[in-house]
Amino acid sequence: MTRLRLVLCALAPALLLPPAAAAQINVGVTVSATGPAASLGIPTRNTVALLPTTIAGVKVNWLVLDDATDSTSAVKNARKLVSENKVDVLVGSNTVPNSLAMIDVAAETGTPMISLAAGARIIEPVDAKKRWVFKTPQNDQLMAAAVAGHMARKGVKTAAYIGFADAYGDGWWSEFSRAAEGRGIKVVASERYNRPDTSVTGQVLKILAARPDAVLVGAAGTPAVLPQKTLVERGYQGLVYHTHGVTNPDFLRVGGKDVEGAFLPAGPVVVAGQLPDSHPCKAAGLEFVRRYEAAHGAGTASSFGAHAWDAGLLLQAAIPVALKRAKPGTPEFRAALRDALEGVRDLRGTHGVFNPSPADHLGFDERARVMVQVKGGAWQLVP
Amino acid sequence: MSLDVALWLGQDGLVNGAIYALLALSLVLVFSVTRVIFVAQGEFVALGGLTLAALQAGRTPGTFWLLCAAHGAVALRDGAAALRAGSARGFGRSLLFHLGYPALLAPVLWLAPLRSAPAWVQIPLTLALVVPLGPATWRLAFEPIAGASVLTLLIVSVAVHLALVNLGLLSFGAEGVRTRPLSEARLSLGSVAVPAQAAWVVLFSAGLMAALWFLSRRTLAGKALRAAAMNRVGARLSGIPVALAGRWSFALAALVGAASGVLISPITTLYYDTGFLIGLKGFVGAVIGGLASYPAAAAGALLVGLFEAGASFWASAWKEIIVFGLVVPVLLWRSVAARHVVEED
Repeated sequence: MTRLRLVLCALAPALLLPPAAAAQINVGVTVSATGPAASLGIPTRNTVALLPTTIAGVKVNWLVLDDATDSTSAVKNARKLVSENKVDVLVGSNTVPNSLAMIDVAAETGTPMISLAAGARIIEPVDAKKRWVFKTPQNDQLMAAAVAGHMARKGVKTAAYIGFADAYGDGWWSEFSRAAEGRGIKVVASERYNRPDTSVTGQVLKILAARPDAVLVGAAGTPAVLPQKTLVERGYQGLVYHTHGVTNPDFLRVGGKDVEGAFLPAGPVVVAGQLPDSHPCKAAGLEFVRRYEAAHGAGTASSFGAHAWDAGLLLQAAIPVALKRAKPGTPEFRAALRDALEGVRDLRGTHGVFNPSPADHLGFDERARVMVQVKGGAWQLVP
Repeated sequence: MSLDVALWLGQDGLVNGAIYALLALSLVLVFSVTRVIFVAQGEFVALGGLTLAALQAGRTPGTFWLLCAAHGAVALRDGAAALRAGSARGFGRSLLFHLGYPALLAPVLWLAPLRSAPAWVQIPLTLALVVPLGPATWRLAFEPIAGASVLTLLIVSVAVHLALVNLGLLSFGAEGVRTRPLSEARLSLGSVAVPAQAAWVVLFSAGLMAALWFLSRRTLAGKALRAAAMNRVGARLSGIPVALAGRWSFALAALVGAASGVLISPITTLYYDTGFLIGLKGFVGAVIGGLASYPAAAAGALLVGLFEAGASFWASAWKEIIVFGLVVPVLLWRSVAARHVVEED
């Protein structure tokens, strides 16, 4: 009986609404599947393909475009999706510059947007434009605080930083230096390198000369291996920390024994299987990993795909609410969807528990991060 | 700065500089023979490293499919030209070579236990896969417009670079790779323990440079190349097949690129798009040498490597600006001196 009612409920909108285009929801996704952020964009694209094609009985079309990690293309994609495909919501893109550039399109056309990039600047402060913008990855601030906290517990007095010479490296530098100061850790060196650099010997020598207790590598993906490899080569004995930007299987593959013992903050999904059963993110994390690896092979799931999965979960929570207020394809529906996204409560995602509010369009707390150590070529939860 | 740090930086700069020098030489060679500024030179570095890594991981490298596609396209072009000329034999010969070559490599790739094969099997196979892409690039992109202006050739060259980068992404994915070093040993020079691989890089580069010098000075083919570089019309009048010179110079460029990729892949992580920056630094070296003189280009590239090492120590955030800024005073000086170096001596 219950099942019959469920089926009827699911069918109801389809029966009541005319079978026109209005009975479909279009989600426009722009990902950085080529260019420098391709290692984020490719798992995102793969994950979007796994998201449900019906939500609350309404057909959902996921339209995915590639922006080649170029902010001009991201804006072009967003405009095309909004004007030609009449999307009800925008998802993407993977990098902070691309997401920032897309905000204007979202605000101008009154389309809610869920960014998959980490920078807090994308959603803060919530103003007339950014009221349309949400995001799923953790703020760097939350992660930097975790790093500094762990350093303090390990008795670290002096730390050095080496990061990308771009928005990612600079963002982490400002968050980490602030967090370290709060914990009484002295930052004795700050160096930069470029993603495709073939050598960081100079920077590492400078860091070694400052004799820090710990080194934080502010880099994403496999390029983060090089500084630690060079440190190990030069006989550095202190602790090495990474950011959550490295949590993909390729980092472990390329790093091998050179990254053994490194600490990093990460979303709970990275160690979903090792979480205690009481952790709110365990179920969602395991579900994502199971679905992704069923489609792409064992050991392929990365935390970057999980951000897109979380965007999918947010939409699955918000769309049924918005459908009660308006029909898809209308400005009213987009406004209703925005309100519904802001009103999501206690949504257990793969990376954390979403509690957005009018002042905070992410709404994560401490449950959105765990400390992880590289042990035996795998991620190990640090209790 | 202590002596230790200076030694380390010097070692690092020398290793990088050796690779830049190789690329600078091949850029000068290609430019002087074909007037093409070969922007895609760096892509062959990436392709070399990525192909070797794929072989070591037991996968079929995507370069094989690139090679099949490129050779297929060349065979079509040759075939059409031969048929138009009414030469059935030329058609057959072109088909046999361009399609037979990948067909010969295929059983080796699929049947041989390459994953556990020693480096002296894997590395020549890598070169055999990557090097033919060089002449194929020349045949497909540059040969039809060989007489065009330097600017047109440069624009096509940029297009080839973009195409190759994205083909690299398509065939190898976005993630970086690292290959097994030839030996894990370390050589101690005073207080500095140099990884043996770094010494290999310098030795191989020096060897390859010597081989290039020998080729261009002591062999007939090399002399023909130089003749074609100095004066195309004159060379053609004296019976040198100038069209072949383009193919040969691109084959050498691909060989130098792929060999550099194989050499540095154990030291650093290579990505599908790493090559561009390495190639660009080689280009800076070549520009310092005026794009004409081989010894000056090699010296300029070594200077770039040492400068880079120093800049990464003192001002890492400004490293690239400092390295590429090197070009400005050189260009200023050259435009003031305004003496065009035509010969290589």
